[in-house]
Amino acid sequence: MQQEFPQGEIKEIMGRSFIIKGDDIDTDRIIPARFLKCVSFSALGEQVFADDRKELKGNHPFDLDQNKGANILVVNDNFGCGSSREHAPQALMRWGIRLIVGESFAEIFFGNCLAIGIPCMTSSKEEIHKLQNLVNQYPNQVWNFNLKELSISNQKESFRLNLEEGAFKMLYSGKWDATSQLLDEEERIKNTVNKLPYLNNFKQEV
Amino acid sequence: MSSETLYDKVWNFHQVKELPGGSTQLFVGLHLIHEVTSPQAFSALNEKKLEVKYPNLTVATVDHIVPTSNQQRPFGDPLAEEMLATLEKNCKSHGIKFHGIGSNSQGVVHVMAPELGLTQPGMTVACGDSHTSTHGAFGAIAFGIGTSQVRDVLASQSLAMKKLKVRRIWVDGSLQKGVYAKDLILHIIRLLGVKGGVGFAYEFAGPAIEKLSMEGRMTICNMAIEGGARCGYINPDETTFEYLKEKEYSPKGQEWENAIKWWKSLVSDSEAKFDDEIQLDASSIEPTVTWGITPGQGISIKEKIPNPEMLPKNEQQIAKDACKYMNLEPNEPIEGTSIDVCFIGSCTNGRLSDLQEASKIVKGRRVATGIRAFVVPGSQKVAKEAKQKGIDKIFLSAGFEWREPGCSMCLAMNPDKLEGRQISASSSNRNFKGRQGSANGRTLLMSPAMVAAAAINGKVTDVRKLLQE
Repeated sequence: MQQEFPQGEIKEIMGRSFIIKGDDIDTDRIIPARFLKCVSFSALGEQVFADDRKELKGNHPFDLDQNKGANILVVNDNFGCGSSREHAPQALMRWGIRLIVGESFAEIFFGNCLAIGIPCMTSSKEEIHKLQNLVNQYPNQVWNFNLKELSISNQKESFRLNLEEGAFKMLYSGKWDATSQLLDEEERIKNTVNKLPYLNNFKQEV
Repeated sequence: MSSETLYDKVWNFHQVKELPGGSTQLFVGLHLIHEVTSPQAFSALNEKKLEVKYPNLTVATVDHIVPTSNQQRPFGDPLAEEMLATLEKNCKSHGIKFHGIGSNSQGVVHVMAPELGLTQPGMTVACGDSHTSTHGAFGAIAFGIGTSQVRDVLASQSLAMKKLKVRRIWVDGSLQKGVYAKDLILHIIRLLGVKGGVGFAYEFAGPAIEKLSMEGRMTICNMAIEGGARCGYINPDETTFEYLKEKEYSPKGQEWENAIKWWKSLVSDSEAKFDDEIQLDASSIEPTVTWGITPGQGISIKEKIPNPEMLPKNEQQIAKDACKYMNLEPNEPIEGTSIDVCFIGSCTNGRLSDLQEASKIVKGRRVATGIRAFVVPGSQKVAKEAKQKGIDKIFLSAGFEWREPGCSMCLAMNPDKLEGRQISASSSNRNFKGRQGSANGRTLLMSPAMVAAAAINGKVTDVRKLLQE
């Protein structure tokens, strides 16, 4: 069953988890370029990690039966590096991912996830490895993510997570879809335009 | 005394408002769009019944999906045709200037915008493409954005962004003969790592950077993102002004004089405070080639493919993956590695001087038997100027194919793809698994001159040997 896409305040996420192991997993791997030939994001969920999945012939984490319906992804270092394609987080989201926990994220990928309401939470290498081991050992366990407490827990263990303050506030308040907020500032935008030399024939800086 | 970086100054000019939580609403002075990352943004805009706020500050071209052998419409690939038609329709209905095929100004977005003079010092430049960092070569703050942000910029000409720290990368000395800007940036990424720049803007400075042409500077800034830095920039100087003079969209007359005054005032102050500084010497850098699956896995042409066990612990796993994927043996020299395909082009190295330098290697020689080699100029202007100089003839008579402008096999969204396990010598920017269109294709990144040398010998070659002959 397709979950609803993220909306409004993102405070808690509950669900099963699985891992994608490896550092520097780039967005070309998350969604190969040939799938960018589209004018809508709607079909991307099927194509997430397409080439890696083909190579593993059904044994890729995104194909395993036990991971069907899971919504939390645990990754390693510099996840989402490379191309700025929002198709990558869109593909993950449309597959069903609602939360990503990892050692670190590439900057554009992090912002793209935030813009569609997917928190990218970080923790130390040691903690992530510990979490990944637990997830692998007990694939059926349900994890509870609590944004306010910056934690992800099962019945026994709890892991402390990090998120920069700006992203935290946007997710917590539900204002991660920035458009309306930006549009509120029409007057200030006009003022900015008026003071930029290159938009005023360089007149003001003589 | 003022102690600001160029980044600080340009940021302050464009700051609309501080947003709660430490990010800033930043005004975007130049918004570039193309067919891949814009259609969903326009759809979202239409759904929300929003207008494009400043249509004159957005400029469009088509590059990723265009075929490079036959550009007759409709394109052979119906999906590619649909993407271009959608962009045309969106530009038309929102009053956005579109540099399409046949306009004489179409090209890879990061090649065509600078050559039209659209990119200028002191601007903020955003585009739904990570290689937007290229435009920092002019002393602009330029960065890649996702499609949701493309929507925000269309709707408000601004976006929410967190201010980056600045790391100054000071490069002394000068590049030796046969060593190019590409080698320098591959070397820097190797030193600092593919995520070393996360959270930073890179300011490239120092004698070796000042000696670079604008095209060399664009190559450097283009690949800042491959080192994790969302933007890279270089302070504007006489080289910048000389390049911009008389360009189509450059200011003219009195405005030009005033512009130069403003641009000069933006240069990082001599007392500027950087969050981090590193220093290196360009003179010792040799032609550099990647052997692995990240742009940080580069070595000089004289080195051997590293033994993963001998690398720092955090690099071992990805090095093992790389050796296996690339089917290259540790401790073997990279020089002499056989290749199948040679690609000269892309937003990194598809400019006139790139083609010129490569043509010097090719002139009077022949592409080795069995090698498929092709040149894809970065733009229609590059193609035209190259033809005027006879560069196309040099490549053609050596056995290269000469194609129409586009992104081509840098990311293989058009028909130009590696097949199966083929290995390429490529002047592009990414050697990720599957990047060049075959799920198990392999990529060796290098300078265009090095690609030319590889084409002639059919294997990875130290270009300096061909320069001497």
